[in-house]
Amino acid sequence: MEQTNEYIIRPPSKFSLNLRELWTYRELFYFFTWRDIKVKYKQTVLGILWAILQPVMMMVVLTLVFGQALGVSSDGMPYPVFVYSGLLLWNVFSSGLSGAANSMVDNAEMIKKIYFPRLIIPMSAILVAAFDFLIALVVYIGLLIYFQQSVHIGKILIFLPLSLLLTIITTFGLGCLLAAFNVKYRDFRYIVPFLIQFLLFVNPVMYSTSIFKSDLAQYLIALNPMAGAINMSRFAFIDTPIQWDLIAISTSSALFLLVIGIYTFRKMEAYFADIA
Amino acid sequence: MSTILEIHEISKQYQLRHDRSGYLSLRDTIVDVFKNKSQDKKGEFWALKDVNFEVEQGESLGIIGRNGAGKSTLLKILSRITPPTKGYVRARGRVASLLEVGTGFHPELSGRENIFFNGSVLGLSKKEITHKFDEIVDFAGTETFLDTPLKHYSSGMKLRLAFAVAAHLEPEILVIDEVLAVGDAEFQKKCLGKMDEVSKSGRTILFVSHNMAAVRTLCTRAALLDEGRLTMLGETEKVISHYLESQEDQLALVHDLKDLPRKQSAGGLRFKTLTFNQTEYLPGDTLSIRLDCSDDGQRYKNLSVELLLSDDYGYPIIHLSNDFLNQQVHYKPEAAFVFTVPSLNVRPGRYHLRLFLRANGQIEDWIHNVATVQVNSGNIYNFTNSNRIRGLVQPEFEFVQTD
Repeated sequence: MEQTNEYIIRPPSKFSLNLRELWTYRELFYFFTWRDIKVKYKQTVLGILWAILQPVMMMVVLTLVFGQALGVSSDGMPYPVFVYSGLLLWNVFSSGLSGAANSMVDNAEMIKKIYFPRLIIPMSAILVAAFDFLIALVVYIGLLIYFQQSVHIGKILIFLPLSLLLTIITTFGLGCLLAAFNVKYRDFRYIVPFLIQFLLFVNPVMYSTSIFKSDLAQYLIALNPMAGAINMSRFAFIDTPIQWDLIAISTSSALFLLVIGIYTFRKMEAYFADIA
Repeated sequence: MSTILEIHEISKQYQLRHDRSGYLSLRDTIVDVFKNKSQDKKGEFWALKDVNFEVEQGESLGIIGRNGAGKSTLLKILSRITPPTKGYVRARGRVASLLEVGTGFHPELSGRENIFFNGSVLGLSKKEITHKFDEIVDFAGTETFLDTPLKHYSSGMKLRLAFAVAAHLEPEILVIDEVLAVGDAEFQKKCLGKMDEVSKSGRTILFVSHNMAAVRTLCTRAALLDEGRLTMLGETEKVISHYLESQEDQLALVHDLKDLPRKQSAGGLRFKTLTFNQTEYLPGDTLSIRLDCSDDGQRYKNLSVELLLSDDYGYPIIHLSNDFLNQQVHYKPEAAFVFTVPSLNVRPGRYHLRLFLRANGQIEDWIHNVATVQVNSGNIYNFTNSNRIRGLVQPEFEFVQTD
């Protein structure tokens, strides 16, 4: 039994993150993620293979169009490796974001009947996407070996997890924001898919940001934390010095998104059951 | 005994948005910004108003009241699903709510997986679930289907599984809303037994139900809510009889339907009054219901006039319509519709009436909770102990002993 069982229910007032409460619900968080992963691949013939097939097929098409036909620069890396490294993180972002944005509406029945910290829902939607990342990572390693890509081991061990973390923070911040708005305004059902499609071209998944020469352009690009994350994941293959100022910019804007997202979500969460 | 739940001046207000679909669109909000606020006056509605009471440790408190009295809103506040607008609640213990059992069940997951997920959602730890797993499965009686996806379960099996998980929660305060609304008699008995056991083990129960018999057996005290206010709090028996008396005005011969809330209505052709042939009935009596309508002068053809009597649990018991007799009906002003059931062979109890009117396939009027048909204790066989007859219907039957 918990020691302090007494609590007070009152009209929502001050903003509070209430991390302690989230911690007591950690098991539910695990179960949510576990359920979503299970459900995602239930009654599919290929099951978890889809987590590999999607990025691989995208990689093949993009390699044919951008790598072969258009000859887009890939900073000296084999184009398949280049584009796959981008797709890895991009898929965490795109499937995590659309999952999180719809998560509150999809679980509306539960929200109307049982109390638990609502943040668990979008959070687990993003972890499901991160799980797919781990599966797709297997192919990534295969690709690196096949193309005999020279890798700086130290750099990849540091920057690949860091780029994933940056992606998760970005996705979570934006996902919370969209999830909260989606409950209130269903317009976001239509905005989110468009937004994701649009952002694919803004992010350096199939091209390199080195095509923009000016410093100002690099700083502007770094403001987009996803661009920062994708570039970061490629550090291990390129011998240019690491630009810490760009990393700092991307990290700050990711944290900014996170704060805005969680704040909005927490502000609105008390009324989710009334308006969902 | 100590106070485990303090409910202090709780009020809950909802905003009613007229002429709008259920949810907001971005456009509405943007338009609102440019609109003069006072022009677009939104309706305010107090679902609960200044409700005050305390619940003692280990007590079973029944909460009764008409539909829309605020019972469910109160439970939602207690289980922290929605915040109060004013006031506060002080709780000394974990509250688990069974607002509807089976919440969080996923059709694609197997029975086993759902037990774990549902248990976790309801606040059990993984260790507790593993520990109680066999007990839960045993209570539900669904061993053979543990690895079948839930979507292949019958609704009865789903319910049993859901209740089994819920029954094994061990919160200090258990909040229950109409879990007995479904399920067969056998299972309901099992559930009542389990709840009795829970209350005997010293835990606190808040029980919302329309089933007065269940409230009587389970609860020592009851609270009566009416239009968001707490109108009575005290011994179960007193509160229930007060409530039933206040309900008796529903047993009038003539009911004015003009101002009743509509489930759906086109506005043209509407039910105006309803007239019973008696205020109360005995099994075997003739039930006759006359319906008068009001119209807007248009011609309405190919009507379906439907009437549904359901029991306290919401089960449909009698469903009548001119369609079932293959009678084509066109609307005639000043003419009424009359349904007659020559012999009302149903078990004593209260039956709730719904009305439904369609013209040319379009829904014209649809009302729930129109009136109550009270069938008093008795039977059509002239048997002395009516309570022994458990059947929902009392058909005429013959019995012989062969040679």
